[in-house]
Amino acid sequence: MLSQILISIIQIIVILALAPLLSGIIKKIKAFFQIRKGASVFQPYYDIAKLLHKDSVVSENVSWIFHAAPVISLASVLTAGLIVPVFISDMPFSFAGDLILVVYLFALARFFTALASLDAGSSFGGMGGSREMFVASMVEPALMLSIFAVALNVGSTNLSLISQTVSSMGLSAVSPYQLLAFVALFIIAIAETGRIPVDNPATHLELTMIHEAMILEYSGKQLAIVELGAMVKQLLVFSLLTNIFFPWGIATTMNASGIAIALIVFIVKIAVLGVLMAMVEISTAKWRLFRLPDLLSISLMLSFLSLVSFIIVKGG
Amino acid sequence: MIYNNLFYGLIIFFLIGAILSIVFNKKDRLSTYISFLSAAIASVFGIIFSLSVIFGETFSLSISGSSFLKFGFFVDRLSAFFILVISVAVFAVSIYSTGYMREYYGKKNIGYLGFLYNIFILSMILVVSANNAIMFLIVWELMSVISYFLVIFEHEKPETRKAGFIYIVMTHIGTGFILLSFLILAGASGNFSFESFSAYGSTMPPLLKDLAFLFALIGFGAKAGIVPLHIWLPYAHPAAPSNVSALMSGVMIKTAIYMFIRVFFDFLGAGVLWWGFLVFALGAISALTGIMYAVVEPDIKRMLAFSSIENIGIILLGIGASMIFLASGSPALSAIAAIAALYHLLNHSIFKGLLFMGAGSILFSTHTKNIEELGGIIKKMPVMAFLFLIGVLSISALPPFSGFVSEWLLLQSLLFSFSSTDPMIRIALPVGAAALALTGALAAFCFLKTFGIGFLALPRSEHAEHAKEANKPMLIGMGIFALLSILLGILPVYVLPFLDRIVKEFTGAGAFDQSFSFGFLGTVGMPSTAISLSTPIILSMILLFISIPYVIGFIKTRGTHRVYETWGCGQPVSTARNEYTACAFSKPVQMWFKNIFRPARELRASYTVSPLIKESFKFELHIEQIFERYIYSPVTDMILDISRTARHIQTGSIHAYLAYIFGTMVILMLFIILGGS
Repeated sequence: MLSQILISIIQIIVILALAPLLSGIIKKIKAFFQIRKGASVFQPYYDIAKLLHKDSVVSENVSWIFHAAPVISLASVLTAGLIVPVFISDMPFSFAGDLILVVYLFALARFFTALASLDAGSSFGGMGGSREMFVASMVEPALMLSIFAVALNVGSTNLSLISQTVSSMGLSAVSPYQLLAFVALFIIAIAETGRIPVDNPATHLELTMIHEAMILEYSGKQLAIVELGAMVKQLLVFSLLTNIFFPWGIATTMNASGIAIALIVFIVKIAVLGVLMAMVEISTAKWRLFRLPDLLSISLMLSFLSLVSFIIVKGG
Repeated sequence: MIYNNLFYGLIIFFLIGAILSIVFNKKDRLSTYISFLSAAIASVFGIIFSLSVIFGETFSLSISGSSFLKFGFFVDRLSAFFILVISVAVFAVSIYSTGYMREYYGKKNIGYLGFLYNIFILSMILVVSANNAIMFLIVWELMSVISYFLVIFEHEKPETRKAGFIYIVMTHIGTGFILLSFLILAGASGNFSFESFSAYGSTMPPLLKDLAFLFALIGFGAKAGIVPLHIWLPYAHPAAPSNVSALMSGVMIKTAIYMFIRVFFDFLGAGVLWWGFLVFALGAISALTGIMYAVVEPDIKRMLAFSSIENIGIILLGIGASMIFLASGSPALSAIAAIAALYHLLNHSIFKGLLFMGAGSILFSTHTKNIEELGGIIKKMPVMAFLFLIGVLSISALPPFSGFVSEWLLLQSLLFSFSSTDPMIRIALPVGAAALALTGALAAFCFLKTFGIGFLALPRSEHAEHAKEANKPMLIGMGIFALLSILLGILPVYVLPFLDRIVKEFTGAGAFDQSFSFGFLGTVGMPSTAISLSTPIILSMILLFISIPYVIGFIKTRGTHRVYETWGCGQPVSTARNEYTACAFSKPVQMWFKNIFRPARELRASYTVSPLIKESFKFELHIEQIFERYIYSPVTDMILDISRTARHIQTGSIHAYLAYIFGTMVILMLFIILGGS
């Protein structure tokens, strides 16, 4: 019991500690491909530390929603962090929910951030909130189908069970339906983490951005919490991708050396995914908002194909 | 005996409420309190009665009649569940009504409304407890007619009269089909009692069974509001007074769901696979259509009515899945899907009631239902806004609130399609899950828009500027529902075994006996998939993570921030005119589904001397209701054409009519002579 609580606390600390690093790595790789030197991979840590020392400026129009939203969003993302396997597959809190719950916890976080975007009464916020919820609506059916496709293999949406089973299957887990589902979920991950071609995290032109427009009114400590929440969510989405499709190396039992190895393997894996994500960002331009349904229907189709190919391969 | 007393008590209190409110109709306050408090007392009887039936024995009461036709009541666990849903909703709505009626003091006859209200609820309770088809049709018709009068309560408005007309026409088309379905069943079983329907219904030849199924689906579907029979709902529900809309949307349409379960499972045996697929597909279509129109609707009450269509769709997804599983021979899985459907039904009656009461409070306080004219309500009506937010979070299926638990359960039951061997089931059910996911996401979009535009930021009109907090009875009524929404979200451990007792009756097997395991701290487990959910843990973890930054002093509650105007690129933008509008907010969705909405825009600007300076600017957006345009309009046009043609022979001249009679006689005689040989 005690060791399980300890594992959960370590997991949350690891997530909080690694989340800014992932952002830093992606930015660094992007800079490399753009033949720039780029900021240090630790820059996100400095940014958050800087913001935490600043006071906030708050719009005169806001209600308690604006003040509560960052904390509620971060809290629901961290709660999801108790269920998503990161370095150990046997999550103590895996009884409390499954992959579907994780999706809905992300939705809760998004809901409050989007509510806060409307609270200040600025049109930028409303525009961002509207687009964010629009992208989320398009993502959701594809996401649900790919969850079903992923769950087929194991017969469950319990994340610990999925990563454990796939991990023990070794390379025999690689199959056409897994690959199709992976590509579908990768597209979804692009949308969920707000990256090009869906959203541009680097832009400061209000009319083109989604997530950044939504949080335009935040400053100081509150902005730090919002940014941290977004980074944690990004890390969790990456962990989902790695630990659902290639969890090899994850610690399946609770021993110190296994966990240490698993942590290193995890960092390497998310760094590789980060490179992949950065390359996608570099090689495409941001799409117009109303072309995005095309992109997400590709994801929907891929997850449908994954489902059908499972039925064909494994028989009725 | 105690059952009889409770049941009589229930009926008597509704009748007392109805009669006394008519008697005292000159005194507004008195008739308000008498009619609504007596409805509340009656609903307490209803709650006790239904619980004692669910945990006790089936109740039946025979009044009189011949062996061919016995009038009486029959309440099994399924009926009792619906009586419970009705009673809980009536209890909270009645308390709310004592406050809400102040709006009508001196303007309308409250005694009349109180009378209709009590009889309306009584008729709903009799609908779910009738024991034969004739009696059922009488009370069903009573319910429809009384609800029609409630819809046209504010009949001085022309749009209300139109709403009432559409409602009464659609509901009677429905009743016609119900009659056909019952006649088929009565033909097979020899009499009209529901008992013999369920004894002989499943032994009918397949063709008759299919027909009875289809007629019942259309007949009750018109009342439930499934697409494309839903067109009355967005007219009728907003037209009625808000407390009545809360009951119509929350409860009345559920009586049709009750009859779906009664007819499909109990009478017809639910053994045909394509029935399940049809119900499932209709559910998915209704859910998506309902929520799509809700997203682009600016009128709060109409939006809520569209969202009721969506939620009926979600319930039908569950019932359809349950029928599919039952027909493919897995009653335990069928029970899980049915539990999910009933859970969602219970949740919907509560959060939709809450939201309609919230919309009523806004209407009461601001006299507008148009979301574009609201804003800043959260500061003017803080308690009401908080309660409304709980309803919004529940209906958007966000954890750990009630809507999430029932949708999660429904998704889990669809996940069990893996264990089937039929590829059709294995593909169709996940696709349904995707439709459900899209519905849920659009619902979140829709209610985010409603709360964000309607309640936050600055007031957009004079109306919203002068809003005042709702009065105490209204807040208490809403508070009961808000509390229930939270409890149903965090305590599924107690709700599931309860629902299991009910579905066991019609699916033949309980899910709880073999499969649900309940472990540590309110955890609900699914059979054989290692999936479990613990909403109490989720809630406490979220609260823990929220409190940590405050506890370690990371965020101080006061004094660390400076208040300044909203950022507007250096321009002063802190006025309501610069706020984002609901129309703009829903624009992406409107563009996404533009083939369905077929939006027509009209821009009109009038200029001053210079063409660069506009004096006024007018923007109009029209969203096409495709079902009205492409299904109903052609039909009504055709009927009108036929009537117009028929008018030529209706000359009004007595000679012509005598000639018609003569002609008919001749034809009849020829028929007899020729037929006789």
